[in-house]
Amino acid sequence: MIEIKLDEPFTKEKLSTLRAGDRVAISGTIYTARDAAHKRMDEALKAGRELPLPIKDAVIYYMGPTPPPPGKVIGSAGPTTSGRMDKWAPELLDLGQAAMIGKGPRNDDVINAIVRNRAVYFAAIGGAGAMISKCITSAEVIAYEDLGAEAIRRLTVVDMPVIVAVDAGGNDLYRKER
Amino acid sequence: MKNLDAARIAEAVELLAKRTNYYLTKDVCKRIAECRDAETDPGAAEILDKIEDNITIAGEEGIPLCQDTGMACVFLRLGQDVHIYGGDLYEAVNTGVKAGYEKGFLRKSVVADPLRRKNTGDNTPANIYVEIVPGDDLEIVFAPKGFGSENMSQIKMLKPADGEEGVKDFVVQTVREAGGNPCPPIVVGVGIGGTFDRAPLMAKKALLLPMDHRNQDPYYAEMEDELLERINKLNIGPQGFGGRTTALAVKIIQAPTHIAGLPVAVNINCHVARHGVVRL
Repeated sequence: MIEIKLDEPFTKEKLSTLRAGDRVAISGTIYTARDAAHKRMDEALKAGRELPLPIKDAVIYYMGPTPPPPGKVIGSAGPTTSGRMDKWAPELLDLGQAAMIGKGPRNDDVINAIVRNRAVYFAAIGGAGAMISKCITSAEVIAYEDLGAEAIRRLTVVDMPVIVAVDAGGNDLYRKER
Repeated sequence: MKNLDAARIAEAVELLAKRTNYYLTKDVCKRIAECRDAETDPGAAEILDKIEDNITIAGEEGIPLCQDTGMACVFLRLGQDVHIYGGDLYEAVNTGVKAGYEKGFLRKSVVADPLRRKNTGDNTPANIYVEIVPGDDLEIVFAPKGFGSENMSQIKMLKPADGEEGVKDFVVQTVREAGGNPCPPIVVGVGIGGTFDRAPLMAKKALLLPMDHRNQDPYYAEMEDELLERINKLNIGPQGFGGRTTALAVKIIQAPTHIAGLPVAVNINCHVARHGVVRL
């Protein structure tokens, strides 16, 4: 299938042209966060503190990598199950987050937040962490270092392969008629 | 009687932790390739191609197959004529896990407490099961278990009246509810009978069976076939985007149970179905 190239900046205008099922190759700066980092970001917001990443137009990848082997910038780097982040995703989308990358279906609250904010949910291939690591050219921990694999990282990716799972119109590849 | 140094057990576990996270066994690779060939949905076939690419890249480039290098599940079959010296058996296994996850550049995914959730930093403790068997060998089976699939597993105490249909429906329903979450194509381990605690252990052990293994009882072998067929008609497909290949295999282990009960457990594994064996 044909891949659509998606480069920075990840504006809502660009993302809203994507449709569920599209194959996309993402290049640019994205951020990692999974369970523990989302919990802390939520606590930060509730306490009136700033988020540790620029949330507007940000792409957040639900991922906690293996340590980098010698000579590599990162280890295995595939997506984790997104459903566990459903509790926190709408809050971040309402603050301007542009897209999420993960795997597996999302609940109605997240789908509604995607539509409300014209955001996108991408699926990467779960269990293909070795392949995806080859698309990552730099990785740097920028917050919550004590969380180890769950720390927030800034990644540079080149042609990272993903599939549009939920588009800005709310079309959901996991719920399509079969 | 055989004397076995605990340090050798630690070394074997270290080796297994590394090997299983970088290489899949041949039977699993073969089954994925067979499913790829049989897949008729082009999108699903494309995803299976990428899953096969991932196996190649992991081996050639020295990157773990998946970033979830799992909780270490270690099954020991200890010959009753083996004498272990030089340390505690459980400590030896955990020493091996610690060394394997550190030196193998594997992710440390274990928290010390289920609610307070502080990472132990070395992926210990392992889940260790010991079975005493005749002979003077120690067999170590190592299975790193990822939790994307573990979280989609279920147990149910059915009534004897629910019978075979009840069991089959529960297995299929568990896979349906799991949908795209556990990284399909999955391996489905089913434990039927025993007690509340034994059924899921049998389900987990079923995940360790070779891909071409069939239940020795033809009744259950047929049930494995039928369940695989029903599951692969659900159209969940690789990653949950549709297609024929929802499961690579269904394996059943059964055991005697009580006149009042019919426990059933379903343990799901992802396509990165990792395990390895060493005999000392």
